[in-house]
Amino acid sequence: MERTVRQYLLEPLLARNPITVQALGICSALAVTVGLRPSLLMAVAVIAVSGFANAAISLIRNRIPNSIRLIVQIVVIATFVVVVDELLKAYAPDTSKRLSVYVFLIVTNCIILARVESVAMNKPVWPSFVDGIGNGLGYGLVLAIVGTIRELLGAGSLLDEPVFVTAANGGWYEPVGLFRMAPSAFFIIGLLIWAGHRLAKPADDARKER
Amino acid sequence: MNDYLALFLQAAFSENIMLVFFLGICTAIATSKSMEAALGAGVAIFIVQSVTVPLNSLLNTYLFQPGALAWAGLPEIDMSALGLIAYIGVIAATVQILEMVIDKHFPKLYNAFGVFLPLITVNCAILGGSLFSIQRNYHLLESVVFGLGSGAGWALAIVLLAGIRDKLRYADVPEGLEGTGITFIVMGLMALSFMGLSGIYAA
Repeated sequence: MERTVRQYLLEPLLARNPITVQALGICSALAVTVGLRPSLLMAVAVIAVSGFANAAISLIRNRIPNSIRLIVQIVVIATFVVVVDELLKAYAPDTSKRLSVYVFLIVTNCIILARVESVAMNKPVWPSFVDGIGNGLGYGLVLAIVGTIRELLGAGSLLDEPVFVTAANGGWYEPVGLFRMAPSAFFIIGLLIWAGHRLAKPADDARKER
Repeated sequence: MNDYLALFLQAAFSENIMLVFFLGICTAIATSKSMEAALGAGVAIFIVQSVTVPLNSLLNTYLFQPGALAWAGLPEIDMSALGLIAYIGVIAATVQILEMVIDKHFPKLYNAFGVFLPLITVNCAILGGSLFSIQRNYHLLESVVFGLGSGAGWALAIVLLAGIRDKLRYADVPEGLEGTGITFIVMGLMALSFMGLSGIYAA
């Protein structure tokens, strides 16, 4: 059955979420989610790169020789990443510094390469572009959730604005330092994957019945 | 000499590239299902990492750093925006050459690596290792040590992970958490224990 453009956009949000269901692009999802602001900025960067790289590859898909397609794809993705990185440095220098090398690591983000390889190489420009945006959004959704949990519990703030007044400032909330450190991200993503599987399951069953 | 040992231990343990910087997780989840695959991926990453990190560090020093072209008489040219594309190119080329060399001289090893060697091009531990060594301004010898240490750390982490997952086969994991989900929880616990190693090099 041919998927509609709407499906390209909405399916990756929950039912085919790239992180929780397909287990792709996890590295950066873990690394940048200490706070909500870097998470959102990273999500925007990935959405842009994913959408435009998909569209660009789709445009030239019939001219790429099969034997060197991986290198062509990576160079196209890397070019968009450099553009995004320069924009971030210009308009959000502080957060860009906090993201450090992880912006560059979008190049090796498996979500983008997987979308380029499976969709952009076979489909016309518009569905490819929408598919890239949809998968970026699915990635961003998970990042936003993890970022919110980690910043709220780890520092008692959201977007660097205090929400819970911490004990250090005379309030009641004792920040849980673990949430600012590496292991918590593994636990949160593990539990989200669990939730994702449970949520995606009804859709799987329905598909089987059909 | 002590500095280099400290750098090696730091890169391999307390700043383990997989468990602390979250790099190369996709590969780790895919290949830690069996000990054999984990060993293959670990050794492959170790070799590629120890070659590409110094190479990219050299490239950065003599081509892409702001003012790096002073040796060619062009000190005002800044090509740092092109760095990323060059580093990924170097990695892709190194992997390709390594594949050919191993195929020719060590056919047994080549069969053991299987599909992992070409896939390493898109492994973020490799690109991440190069980018870290450039960001921290390691000179050539330091980058060699950092490449060896981070590669060894990644290999150690994946072999440990594969061992734990092997035992998990007999565990009763809740429905929906099996596979990827429980692997993350295990990695979280491993990351906790690796944090405890951060004291060893201070002494």
